[in-house]
Amino acid sequence: MPFDIVSLLPDALVRHLPALVVVFPMLLAPITAVVPSWRVAWAIVLAGIVGSVICAFALVQVVYADGTLSYALGGWAPPLGIEFVVDKMNAPILLLVAIIGTLATIYALPTMVKEIPEEKRALFMSAFILCMAGLLGVAVTGDAFNLFVFLEISSISTYVLVAIGGMNDRRAFTAAFNYLIMGSIGATFYVIGVGFLYAATGTLNMTDLAARIPEVADSTTIHAGFAFIVVGLGLKLAMFPLHQWLPNAYAYSPNFVTVFLAATATKVAFYALVRLLFSVFSPALEFQQMTFTWVLAPLAAIAAITCSFQAVFQTDIKRMLAYSSVAQVGYMLLGLALATELGLSAGLFHLINHAMMKGALFMAVGGVALSLGSSQLRDFAGVARKAPWTMTAMAIAALSLVGVPLTAGFLSKVALFKAALVEGWWWVVVVLAMSSVLAVLYVGRILESTFFKTPGPTQMNVREAPIMLLLPLWVLALANIYFGIDASFITNLTDGAASIAFPGVRP
Amino acid sequence: MNPDHHVILRVTGKFLIPIIVLFALYVQFHGELSPGGGFQAGVIIAVGVILYALIFGVVDAMKRIPPIFSRSLAAAGFFIYGSVGVWSLINGGNFLDYDFLVAEGPEGHWGQHIGIIIIEIGVLFAVAGSMLTIFYSFAGRAPEIDDEDW
Repeated sequence: MPFDIVSLLPDALVRHLPALVVVFPMLLAPITAVVPSWRVAWAIVLAGIVGSVICAFALVQVVYADGTLSYALGGWAPPLGIEFVVDKMNAPILLLVAIIGTLATIYALPTMVKEIPEEKRALFMSAFILCMAGLLGVAVTGDAFNLFVFLEISSISTYVLVAIGGMNDRRAFTAAFNYLIMGSIGATFYVIGVGFLYAATGTLNMTDLAARIPEVADSTTIHAGFAFIVVGLGLKLAMFPLHQWLPNAYAYSPNFVTVFLAATATKVAFYALVRLLFSVFSPALEFQQMTFTWVLAPLAAIAAITCSFQAVFQTDIKRMLAYSSVAQVGYMLLGLALATELGLSAGLFHLINHAMMKGALFMAVGGVALSLGSSQLRDFAGVARKAPWTMTAMAIAALSLVGVPLTAGFLSKVALFKAALVEGWWWVVVVLAMSSVLAVLYVGRILESTFFKTPGPTQMNVREAPIMLLLPLWVLALANIYFGIDASFITNLTDGAASIAFPGVRP
Repeated sequence: MNPDHHVILRVTGKFLIPIIVLFALYVQFHGELSPGGGFQAGVIIAVGVILYALIFGVVDAMKRIPPIFSRSLAAAGFFIYGSVGVWSLINGGNFLDYDFLVAEGPEGHWGQHIGIIIIEIGVLFAVAGSMLTIFYSFAGRAPEIDDEDW
């Protein structure tokens, strides 16, 4: 690892890092909720999230130096007590969520002023950091039921965050309500599935479950539990055709929330699915093999094509990008469905890259919408002349989304191609190529409108986004280029993650 | 509010509400030995206030227990719960390890005793505060369209 944070921290702190990374933001939530000034609330949230980033960096370092960390909450030893586990699989996810959270918080300051009434801003920050704590908790926990609790903490605060968009656009209320219903069904399905597993094995600890499931793997209870869990988490991660809540929730929530959700929420749910499929169940199980080949892979392929196709015809840029997100989730699921170490690594690689490019895209759209007051494609005509910095960053991220060489998106698509060809799944290559062509079309529509049209009277007042907004935007845009040239940092992390999912393949 | 209406309700209400809150405290502190605990007690306390709001009006109830107070109460409860965990962390144990709350030998279990009581108080605050906040935000919501405007 190119950095050394652990040596800077006291030993007592390092031992508690798995708990601290969640507890730190979580305890800040009640404080932010009662702080009278929203600027102070924002500063507290920023400090808390930077703390989480430091914890996450240190955790990555510790995990790569000393191997898997286990933390028994309340001193109750697992498998009876709740266990936090940090290994090579979830440490990168923690890092991703924490870093994106930091950038989103910086981005929040100028956009909040525009989009959220003053008396709600401190509470909004509180809901945001609670969501953050929930997502980190999902990533860090080693207990199947505890995962549900954290999933609900993050989801419920997400519904609030989406609904705040209703202050500007009333459609956010129906979007949030829709998301609430779908998300609750997803969480319920997940917990029903965990209930089945508990009935069959008598344990909730993931490591313990993994040890006990093979004995009873042929029972209907386990099969039903598996199905419930896959569908439940599928709803959360917007797996086609369970993605209906996503486009509206992304399109009508405040811009800052869209940035944060697009880059973290579905990613963490995807991680939860990977964790359940590979660390609790096993790809060696026959029914899981069949699910991969006959359910996940076809659905992912349909998503990659159908939703890219739908994205082409959207008139609202945020909705267009939201549909593109569902298609990209399809890419990741294809990597997962290959059920090989290479495939999973490629899927996770694309997950991290997608967080970077979608984060940047939504940030840029929000940056222009700040002075434009709309995210309709036709209102974006020629805005690149008014806001060149914002739109250039957007163009970089858009090219990365298409997968142009020298951008991060290219490398992860190549990784997916390779992984598919090794398995002989040539049709995956065809699907990805077709989806990429469609991506050229919808990204082309955005770029054509913003760069090549002449601005009309609607765009008179468009200005460059404020510096607080350009900073996180350009960090992400440059990251897209940097990791497009040298992605060894990310690929090391994702290879490590995949090696946890396939123990024994490599020592 | 017209003082002639609901005399019986208001008189019995005034008599009942203190008993409801007292019962909540019984449920809270007897929770170790019988069914009960912070969650149930919090709900019962909130019910007392909600009954007050139903009889005397939401506006009056909001004057006695302002929404900012109920919200802060919920936040405070959550914070108390979390700080117990942090306190045991500072004392060298794992997060929420009650054995480390007070300095005692390996045979002592006062930490467990104290820990659960403080945590249940946190739960009481959080639940009572959240229940009231939810009630206020539903009941205190002004209708956007008057019935006559339909």
